[in-house]
Amino acid sequence: MAHKKLGRQTLVFEKPPRIISGATIVGDMEGKGPLGKFFDIVIKDDTWGEKTWEKAERKMFEESVRLAFEKVNLNPERMDCMLGGDLLNQIITASFAAREIKAPFLGLYGACSTMAESLILGSMLTDGGFFDVTACVASSHFSTAERQFRMPLEMGGQTPPTAQRTVTGVGCSVLASSNYEGECIMDNIFVTGGTVGRVVDMGISDANNMGAAMAPAAVDTLVNHLRDTERDISYYDLVITGDLGSFGSLLFSDMCKEKGVDLGDRHLDCGNIIFDKNQNVDCGGSGCGCSGSVLNGYLLKRMHEGDFERAFFMATGALMSPTASMQGETIPGIAHGVILERGKL
Amino acid sequence: MKKLKREQIRYKEKVDAIAPKSKTLSGCIRAFIAGGLICMLGQAIGDVGSLLFSFSETDRASFTSIALIFIGALLTGVGVYDNIGAWAGAGSIVPITGFSNSIVSPAMEFKREGLVMGVGSKLFTVAGPVLVYGISVSILIGLLTCLFS
Repeated sequence: MAHKKLGRQTLVFEKPPRIISGATIVGDMEGKGPLGKFFDIVIKDDTWGEKTWEKAERKMFEESVRLAFEKVNLNPERMDCMLGGDLLNQIITASFAAREIKAPFLGLYGACSTMAESLILGSMLTDGGFFDVTACVASSHFSTAERQFRMPLEMGGQTPPTAQRTVTGVGCSVLASSNYEGECIMDNIFVTGGTVGRVVDMGISDANNMGAAMAPAAVDTLVNHLRDTERDISYYDLVITGDLGSFGSLLFSDMCKEKGVDLGDRHLDCGNIIFDKNQNVDCGGSGCGCSGSVLNGYLLKRMHEGDFERAFFMATGALMSPTASMQGETIPGIAHGVILERGKL
Repeated sequence: MKKLKREQIRYKEKVDAIAPKSKTLSGCIRAFIAGGLICMLGQAIGDVGSLLFSFSETDRASFTSIALIFIGALLTGVGVYDNIGAWAGAGSIVPITGFSNSIVSPAMEFKREGLVMGVGSKLFTVAGPVLVYGISVSILIGLLTCLFS
């Protein structure tokens, strides 16, 4: 009998793992955005000295992991496992970076929900007593994603106002078990539980309206989480979504209200805060790296300083594929939730 | 197309009703200005060509097309045409410069995958359908003209 599960989809950890370190690397445009100063490295050139964008994204992935471990004086090759993913076919960013890092590796694909997916799985493996130190990583790159999912970069055209811009960025969190005694840059952020999302498809087929495709999944996960835990939304100071963007956020809070959950002013969307309105990004940022970099670069730092005590972090993913879209399929969405709580050891 | 369930249809209707809309009027005006300017440029190139080289009508048309295709390719290569396109929309897609942009941009994008499987196979990813159906329709019209004239 599973004794760490609540209700249908929620997990509660007996010995909650801590997030002891994190690192972020973002592109130039993200660096010029409102959160620019919170990121560890801002790359000025989107190839970062490499021959291709794919190689650049891979380098960002690898360097962020190395940096996150360097901050706590650990050797990344000694970690128990790396869990991570990206948006590219066969998750080449994550797996090719893992080739260099040489740590045991579990590759994940959850579209833009990867950051939360890796945190849930990493925490389960840590709480289960399998691992002491794991890295959870998610990355995306504007130029690699555009060429895989949309049009060539130099192609001159317009985007509809519901479109979002894929974030060039990578975020890495280092999770440690409750009895870890080494160095840490954050000592009070625990992953106390999580809710595994369901795939929800509400019939949106427009690849330029990902916010609308993902919002129902985020509502589903949040509502089921509250039902499973028998908590009221007021338990959380902040509900963080990954990349619903401004239009998706509007739908999200609207639908939550319809289900009897009044978010009030406790909702924050990473895609809404990474870019400035005048950066010409339509509805905001998207991609695995959006929630990955905003969580690790900005939100965890604020939480560490005590700006909020409890947060429900839901990275949202649109599980679309260009092939499926051409075959007339609609876009399924998913959202995984992670409970982040401040506490004492 | 996949058949949608009732709740999906209701959600889609809601999304369509409140989604931010493209600004059609200002988009049309910008497309008119940009498209008009490109056509004026074409006219000027044709006039200068006729004046300098005293072209026949067909040579003049070919000269103008070649010059515009070159300009489109050059502006794509130096990374300007996508900015024009973001402002002008259809105004810079419909003229022949847009066709040039749609071929040069994948060529630039896929050169890292090599000359055969990269540039060679991806060159017409955007312009391919236009060529396929453009040529098919012209063959059809050619046949019809042949039959009925």
